[in-house]
Amino acid sequence: MVKAKTSNQALLSGNEALSYGAYEAGLSVACAYPGTPSTEILETLAQFPDVDAQWSVNEKVAFEVALGAAIAGARSLFACKHVGLNVAMDPLMTASYTGILAGFVVVVADDPGMHSSQNEQDTRWVALYSKLPMLEPASPAEAREYVQEAFKISEKYDTPVLLRMTTRVAHTKENVVLGERRVPPRPEFERNIPKYVMVPGNAYQRHILVEKRLGQLQALSERTRLNRVEKGDGRLGFVTSSVAYQYLKENYPDASYLKLGMTYPFCDEKIRAFAKTVKKLVVVEELDPFLEEHIKALGVKVHAKDPSFRIGELTPELIGPLVAGEVKQEVRTPKRKPRLCPECPHWATFAALKKLDLYVAGDIGCYTLACLPPLSALHSCLCMGAGVTFNEGWHKGAPGKKIVGVLGDSTFVHSGITGLINAAYNKAKGVILVLDNSTTAMTGGQQHPATGLTIRNEPTKKLILEDICRACGVDHVDVVDPKNLEEFRTLLEKRVNEDALSVIISRHPCKLLRR
Amino acid sequence: MKDKVYSVTFGGIGGQGVLKASELCSWAALYAGYHVKKSEVHGMSQRGGSVESHVRFGRRVYSPLVPAGGADVLLCFHQEEHPRLLAFLKKEGLDLTGYVDKAAALVANPRGLNTCLVGVLSARLPIREECWMQAIETVFKGKGVDENKKVFLDGRRLGQS
Repeated sequence: MVKAKTSNQALLSGNEALSYGAYEAGLSVACAYPGTPSTEILETLAQFPDVDAQWSVNEKVAFEVALGAAIAGARSLFACKHVGLNVAMDPLMTASYTGILAGFVVVVADDPGMHSSQNEQDTRWVALYSKLPMLEPASPAEAREYVQEAFKISEKYDTPVLLRMTTRVAHTKENVVLGERRVPPRPEFERNIPKYVMVPGNAYQRHILVEKRLGQLQALSERTRLNRVEKGDGRLGFVTSSVAYQYLKENYPDASYLKLGMTYPFCDEKIRAFAKTVKKLVVVEELDPFLEEHIKALGVKVHAKDPSFRIGELTPELIGPLVAGEVKQEVRTPKRKPRLCPECPHWATFAALKKLDLYVAGDIGCYTLACLPPLSALHSCLCMGAGVTFNEGWHKGAPGKKIVGVLGDSTFVHSGITGLINAAYNKAKGVILVLDNSTTAMTGGQQHPATGLTIRNEPTKKLILEDICRACGVDHVDVVDPKNLEEFRTLLEKRVNEDALSVIISRHPCKLLRR
Repeated sequence: MKDKVYSVTFGGIGGQGVLKASELCSWAALYAGYHVKKSEVHGMSQRGGSVESHVRFGRRVYSPLVPAGGADVLLCFHQEEHPRLLAFLKKEGLDLTGYVDKAAALVANPRGLNTCLVGVLSARLPIREECWMQAIETVFKGKGVDENKKVFLDGRRLGQS
């Protein structure tokens, strides 16, 4: 990122603008595991020497480190993609009860249309479920502004604040005016057993406060300028949020808008009052009927999209048919599919797996692309770590089949280790291939514990994969370069035919590392 | 026409410098005092997939995406992507794809092709030359600024001819 020399305006992506906004708000600690479309947040924050930024081992760890820092008095931020938040749901749900001391913002980036994800879950439901407030910027400039608002709300209401991005907001760039950093005085860290020790008795008392807080946040939602009415000619009115607002404004410049920047708790009175000012009310939102169901439950007469529009990303040309209540017409233009890079070591690995006609339990990473022809040599992709655990499950469900599990080095550290311990402990058999290309390649090449470098490329303690595999209790651990085709295939064949639990670390650096 | 929003669609495949080209155009528009929105999708593009970037600028821009049939200009770097991207172009829009081969013949280093094409594009947009120069300085940050300015100007002349 570079600032324009003529003013303090810069062309920033939503992720960058959010990071600058958090920095200006005095952010001290930031943690994440890489995941498209959220990765650039930590990459941007790591450029500020006065922010303690880290790539964490996984999202649960990242959430807890950042929350811990907030409870101890530092303004903190956790960032993840939508499926990353699933990994951090355990601490999130109870963090709603403990609250914070200094501001804590949970950034979650959804991926409507699944540009680079395994599902298109709508994270707005998490706000409802966790009873936490949610802000939703509709542009990069708003992302900068809203994250600052989020820190204020967090401290005023003693709550983590969810800030929901989507791919389109996170990766759009626009002019953003930057400000100065102001670090608020750090509150004193104090032991507070009733607040931070969530044993049942204390948690009960905290739950009472959570419900009270929800009422206060609802009042805030009614009066905040983040939920803004734009008066039009009164014939047509939209309740909308996020990028849907932008598409609508372009198509219906004369309509009235209730543009929601705080999507939870709902501003019931504002919605009711707005509905009375327009002849026809339409709710327009990407993915699930989150606002729609609530507005209908209020008894407000509202038009909503056909359920076919719940699938996929909204685009400008879909807006007309959506508002008209039509069924979504799928216009599928053939796009060039991504594939493994020509020099990628995964080609050799999967060619060997294919030759042995194995059932391959896959995972999340570049190597997931091995499911495509001509390889077609990866047979599942569910979530991070499932390459290891599916190996175990498939052996139970289909005894006699030749099964292996594969996952990358970063993924293995993220959530493969626990599965491997489980396999050893429960006497599971099979071969786990750790495809060690020494980076988090799919998200653009981030460091992780087994690279021995931090987010700022500083040397640190390096996790030795073969040592940890041995410590988990597997029978054989081999390290081999898959580009030594013969050696690799011979070893793989031998291990697959043994009645043992083995790990083969297939080690060859990603070519992106050498760019 | 002071409220007009200009829309440019860039396309190609990973590794062709499509995003750098749209970045240059966005910065130039910002320096020219416009509100700019640039949209792209990261992620799988590094693996050779389709790359598409939309740049829109004007007094006030809402949608970060160019709607189908809404682009004033299309600049496509790869033949395979062209039929798909053509759907973005306005009926009376300008398709600069024909310049790709001409520009390729003009540049000594193929890495400069994207900047050369931005030069071609620059001849057709209401942005002053100095803003493009500023954009090149910003985007290339001391690495190849002079070479890029040169191929840009070559492209600009090609676009003006």
